[in-house]
Amino acid sequence: MFERFREVFLHGIKNRNFVAGGIITIGFFGLALLSYVWSPHPVENINISDKLLSPSSKYLLGTDHFGRDILSMLIMGAKNSIIVAFIAIGIGLGIGVPLGLAAASQRGWTDELIMRFNDFTLAFPSLISAIMITAILGPGAVNSIIAIGIFNIPVFARVVRGAALNIWKKEFILAALSAGKSKMRISIEHVLPNTSSVLIVQATIQFAIGILAEAGLSYLGLGTQPPAASWGKMLNEAQTFLHFAPQLAIYPGAAIAFTVLGLNLFGDGLRDVLDPKLRRNR
Amino acid sequence: MKFFLFKRLITMFITLLVASSVVFCVLEILPGDPAAVMLGINAEADTLASLRAELGLDRPVAVRYVSWLCDIVKGDFGISYTYDVPVIELIRERIYLSLPLAVLAITLSTLIAIPLGIIAASNHSKPLDFFVMIFSQLGIAIPNFWFALLLIILFSVFLGVLPAGGFAGWDAGIMPALSSLLLPTVALALPQAAILTRVTRSSLLEILKEDFIRTAQAKGSSNRRVLWRHALRNAMIPVVTIMGLQFSFLLAGTIIIENVFYLPGIGRLIFQAIAQRDLIVVKNLVILLAAAVIVINFIVDMLYAVIDPRLRGAQNV
Repeated sequence: MFERFREVFLHGIKNRNFVAGGIITIGFFGLALLSYVWSPHPVENINISDKLLSPSSKYLLGTDHFGRDILSMLIMGAKNSIIVAFIAIGIGLGIGVPLGLAAASQRGWTDELIMRFNDFTLAFPSLISAIMITAILGPGAVNSIIAIGIFNIPVFARVVRGAALNIWKKEFILAALSAGKSKMRISIEHVLPNTSSVLIVQATIQFAIGILAEAGLSYLGLGTQPPAASWGKMLNEAQTFLHFAPQLAIYPGAAIAFTVLGLNLFGDGLRDVLDPKLRRNR
Repeated sequence: MKFFLFKRLITMFITLLVASSVVFCVLEILPGDPAAVMLGINAEADTLASLRAELGLDRPVAVRYVSWLCDIVKGDFGISYTYDVPVIELIRERIYLSLPLAVLAITLSTLIAIPLGIIAASNHSKPLDFFVMIFSQLGIAIPNFWFALLLIILFSVFLGVLPAGGFAGWDAGIMPALSSLLLPTVALALPQAAILTRVTRSSLLEILKEDFIRTAQAKGSSNRRVLWRHALRNAMIPVVTIMGLQFSFLLAGTIIIENVFYLPGIGRLIFQAIAQRDLIVVKNLVILLAAAVIVINFIVDMLYAVIDPRLRGAQNV
């Protein structure tokens, strides 16, 4: 296991995307982890007398209309994005991967059924699912997790199915079959480990999509609710003050774009490193 | 071809049926009492009862589902609880904004993406390619609503040349209407263009490796001729597919962008309906949007089969 990590790292260090994306991604996770132990100011601190301040030594990026420290809110926002995107990927992996593996091993009507279910789920983009959920349950971070998670299921199912179909053609699978192993056992013991690189790459990309989706939902007020800080919510609040304080609309958006850019670059780099055969023209 | 069409048509109808039953379950059965959701917790008992009767909630679930489907097929989307007008009227008023916006955004993104993709592919691994790829990476990473805010800051706050939001209406003349749609269109088109550029480029590069391209080159065709006559036509197949798949993202984008610019379109309507707990509007708009995605995907599948005859017999490619 450690050897594999070392190998990936040594190959990756030569890849421009992997290094640039990796640094941004680590920075982003570092920021989010930091929020558990320290943030410059508590984000719940409303201090109207300090509202809409320019950057200073006390407030490095200035304050918003409630006098809250922008930097602290950005740090807390990073944490929130990570939690939402992470659990949503968990839902996608937990349900999508078994479905994809089953489709690839059973073929026939099981495959057909699962793939049609996939097409159908894709007809509900995360925003439309979130709208339905919000209409019933009211807005909240859990909604965005469910909505983004549902959207992740068909994506992972499709990717795993595609990779697994190739592996089922290999001789070592035939060997396992003739040794009397069940299809389910083969799927878990032999197919799944061989699809892991595709899964890791896809997870990185879905992470970026999840962060964008979470930002969009919380911008619309369907996602994370105050007083929890979220990048999308910050942009929504900044819109009211575009004329007096346009800088408020710059930081959270830049944070989203930078993070997503980093994750996408990292995903691209990781794909090249993990599986040179998958390398696309880029 | 006929069999393929028939099979896809059946699948599409089943998908539509499943979609409608999911929407129905989530918005009518899951909440327990939709009337209570719509009126809130402080509702009087007799108001609740009269709304229940109005919505036909006293009937069995299966009857309600079937009659809802029949109504939709007849084009009857019910009557909005908050506006007290037929939902179809609300849609009719707003489609004049949402549809042009979507069409403008698709057109703009295609006009940007295909030339950029061609430029990048024909300058593969050169600086020009690198710059196009940077544009594309940035376009994918920048959320469209943030891009919209940046456009507002630049063009409305600082330069003051374009409206920051609102819609002048088509009656006000074509120019004022278009100028209020300009920033939303650009904001919507950017991420689409970024993705499409990438697809065009990689699809072209893939095709340029094929044997028939080498044959054309060996026959002495100029690079330009090879690109335009042989490569581009084949490279367009995946591009068309992705454009179809992007439709659902465009739809989601429209909902957000209409809210950023306060445009009175379908996206804003669905959003206001949530705030007002108008489940009738939400239910019918959601099924309409989902149906639009399903039908567009069906059309793209058909187009795909027309462009590429190899796919007509194939299954689950």
